[in-house]
Amino acid sequence: MDREIDAELSSHIDMRIEENLAAGMNADEARRDALVRFGNRTAAKERVTGMDSALMLDKIWADIRFALRQLRKNPGFAFTAIVVLTLGIGASVAIFAFVDAALIKPLPYKDPTRLVSVYETVPSCPLCNISYQNYLDWRRSDLPFSSLQAWTWESFLINTPQGTELARGARVSDGFFRLLGVTPILGRDFYAREDAPGAPHTVLLRYGAWQERFGGNRGVVGQTITMNNTSYTIIGVLPEGFHFAPIGESDFWATLNDPNACDKMRGCHGMFGLARLKDGVSLQSAIASLKTEASELARQYPDSNHDYSATATTLTDAVMGDIRPVLLVLLSGVFLLLLIACVNVSGLLLVRSESRKHETAVRAALGATPGRLFRQFLIEALMLVAMGSGLGLGFASVAMKLLIKLVPSRRIDGMPFLLTVGLNSHVLAFAAAVSLLAVAVFAITPAARTGRGNLRGDLTEGGRGTAANTWRKLGAKLIVLELATAVVLLVGAGLLGKSFYLLLHGNLGMQSEHLAIVMVNPPKTYADGDKSMVLERLIISKIGSLPGVQSVGVTSNRPVRAWDGGVPIVVPGRPTNGRRNDIPERLVSAGYLSTVGARLLHGRYFTEAEDDGDKPSLFVVNQTFAKKFFPGENPVGKHVSYEGANTQIEIVGEVEDIKEGQLDSPNQPVIYAPFNRWQFLLFNLVVRTRQNEESILPTLAAAIHEMDPAIATSDGTTMTSLITDSTAVYLHESSAWLVGGFAGIALVLSVVGLYGVIAYSVSQRTREIGVRMALGAERGSVYTLVLKEAGKLTAIGIVTGLVCSIAASMLMRSMLFGTQAWDVPTLAAVSVVLALFAMLASYIPARRAASVNPVEALRAE
Amino acid sequence: MARNDLQGSLDLLVLKTLSQRNKLHGYGIVAHIQRASDELLQVEEGSIYPALHRMEQSGWISSDWALTETGRKAKYYRLTTSGAKQLQAAEESFEQLVKGVRAMLRYA
Repeated sequence: MDREIDAELSSHIDMRIEENLAAGMNADEARRDALVRFGNRTAAKERVTGMDSALMLDKIWADIRFALRQLRKNPGFAFTAIVVLTLGIGASVAIFAFVDAALIKPLPYKDPTRLVSVYETVPSCPLCNISYQNYLDWRRSDLPFSSLQAWTWESFLINTPQGTELARGARVSDGFFRLLGVTPILGRDFYAREDAPGAPHTVLLRYGAWQERFGGNRGVVGQTITMNNTSYTIIGVLPEGFHFAPIGESDFWATLNDPNACDKMRGCHGMFGLARLKDGVSLQSAIASLKTEASELARQYPDSNHDYSATATTLTDAVMGDIRPVLLVLLSGVFLLLLIACVNVSGLLLVRSESRKHETAVRAALGATPGRLFRQFLIEALMLVAMGSGLGLGFASVAMKLLIKLVPSRRIDGMPFLLTVGLNSHVLAFAAAVSLLAVAVFAITPAARTGRGNLRGDLTEGGRGTAANTWRKLGAKLIVLELATAVVLLVGAGLLGKSFYLLLHGNLGMQSEHLAIVMVNPPKTYADGDKSMVLERLIISKIGSLPGVQSVGVTSNRPVRAWDGGVPIVVPGRPTNGRRNDIPERLVSAGYLSTVGARLLHGRYFTEAEDDGDKPSLFVVNQTFAKKFFPGENPVGKHVSYEGANTQIEIVGEVEDIKEGQLDSPNQPVIYAPFNRWQFLLFNLVVRTRQNEESILPTLAAAIHEMDPAIATSDGTTMTSLITDSTAVYLHESSAWLVGGFAGIALVLSVVGLYGVIAYSVSQRTREIGVRMALGAERGSVYTLVLKEAGKLTAIGIVTGLVCSIAASMLMRSMLFGTQAWDVPTLAAVSVVLALFAMLASYIPARRAASVNPVEALRAE
Repeated sequence: MARNDLQGSLDLLVLKTLSQRNKLHGYGIVAHIQRASDELLQVEEGSIYPALHRMEQSGWISSDWALTETGRKAKYYRLTTSGAKQLQAAEESFEQLVKGVRAMLRYA
């Protein structure tokens, strides 16, 4: 526009100069006179520019209307392009929203980057719980933390008219909330030292609990509530939306001022640590200080602490560690999908620009500047992308809501940031960036083609020659890119799917069908003498006599959970060299292992008579334990002992490994000890039933409440659900489905794209085919001609794709289970599937080519 | 010759010019005004262009690039229907202005 104005003003001056020269002035005079007469040229230009800006908007509006009309005239193209864009943009925005909520947004606490999670470590458990006594010593020592706090879960038994109810809660140290920068909206936070033993029992309410249990009554501060047979005073209510992911949902927050048996033992690790780094202190130096302090304590208390070290990670890592690789894989997958979508639409635009080349050439000949033409393409691209983005955002918000609904509620407790997923400023900025990129690509593609085309060739009807060929080559390259990308997504989905399948169908070491599990929480009144053992035996016999129950067992820890540190075991004949040997221990009843359907390899299980606190202890070990400590031998009859104790404990049996830890974690050595040897109150009741295991859960709860209504039951589920809901399985399943979805869409898009290219190429070569057939070529050879072209593209695409997918799968290694990145069956299957679809897609245009009537083809121009 | 300030009447002159001469570029409009007014009106040539663009935006004139007799590219303007109406209105109000000033000057 600027140049136009310049041109107009210059032409005026030039005309004056011409006249002056014609009137007889010399060149210099003519020029000077013209300029003087004209007046202030710059000023004139500026004023004209001002006028024209308004005019420009008019022209742009005209272009917009023209573009919309064009789209309406080509509904097929418009519809396809917009649908593809909606899918591509919508999917990437949705996934990005999750990535933003999980990885980019900071945790909702004060200065969250300075928060660290503190652990103790042993070789068998690198990020383990801490012991309360160690924690107290850490607080007294000189660690580079401005604040060090501890937290742990706690179950609160509340007496309600409906019976004893189990509420989830937590116990924290006095400065926990101040560390996070959280203040109660009602009442007060804990005082300093309110977590010292003997301090009054006070509790903070979760906002939701305040609403549900107390009706949002503001007078709740100062009220008392009886939990675990103790009277707690409510001192305040936490803000709405407060959450601490490692704890999950917790209705009641009490302090550590009532240390239980585990808290008092230095060797018992029942807590987790949270700290804030001092200003200017790095995580590395904090870890070094922790290690020094831990080894100092190990020197002071060798019985409990030897070989225990300590470490820390950022709180962000602790919360996001599991999910980060999954989200990155999803983000990469969706970017590939977006790539295919853009390439697809570019291809469509190229085809359209081919068919509009006549119109474009005429406009250029009539004087439209390249800038003007480019503006036209730009506006058309803008229209397409605007509609695609708008619909894509709608699609994304629906997809986000759907995806969140699919996440089980327990999982959301552990990932509370999922609730903040939405179309916020980051996400909208991302959508805008993606849209702008798309507009740029879609504007440049037809413009580039126009640039390199020759005007004369385009103007003549049915223009053959170099222009068509360059387009064919470009179109072919685009299709190869699409096919390769589709291969990468398909291989990724295939590998993830295979990992998920292998995970779920791996050897669990038990018969997981028809098993029901429920957690039993007896009140503290049973902690006296052998009351807990009597109760356990009573429950086992009562449940065992229920109709439909085949067998009953009891265990201290459910299987398919995270590994814990374990207890130190000494194996005679294997010197420890002062290093500790921590083995995960499970306390089980006599009938547990047979109830879950474990496979006994050697020896026997202990009997109910042997499952007694007064009798000597016996062990049943798993295969990994036997292989590790008694390689090549039968462990039955051998003796081991707890570290620091003199009693030798006999091993009476060996079982095949049961998956006590997450399905994708390697098997560890495990010892099974009799439940009643230790007086634990809490246990998991496991029941094998002939009928549907889901339906027996209420019966179990009712039977236990009948015995004593003060006993609370909770977390009733089936073993099958336990497995399918476990973290490893859940993450693998979700990623397999989502990437599978992307791969499916990619397959459709690239196959349709291939069809488009081949069909177009055929239509361009109609004359050539007609000539060939007129000269005597068989129909078969026409098929071969077309299919060869299609086959070449497909082959190049697949091979490129396979190479790229191997590289991509190597990056994704941590998500794979039981399968290599170059898993040959998967690669072969993907190649075959894609080749089949591709051949199908090319068959249709090939048929059309072969059925060309040579006379018509030659006649048509 | 004094330069008369034609600010207010410039629109009128341009519109009249274009009504008399079907299609004209900026330079031609300036030349025509000078000739038709017997050299009494001298337009500062640069100042015609803001006016032309403003009038185009108002929809009174339309523009097109074309070649002159000497083969130079120039922007030609022509009158639109609403421009013709505007010309009539401007002529009437100018007549009124002149009558009013004359009456004032004759007043004793």
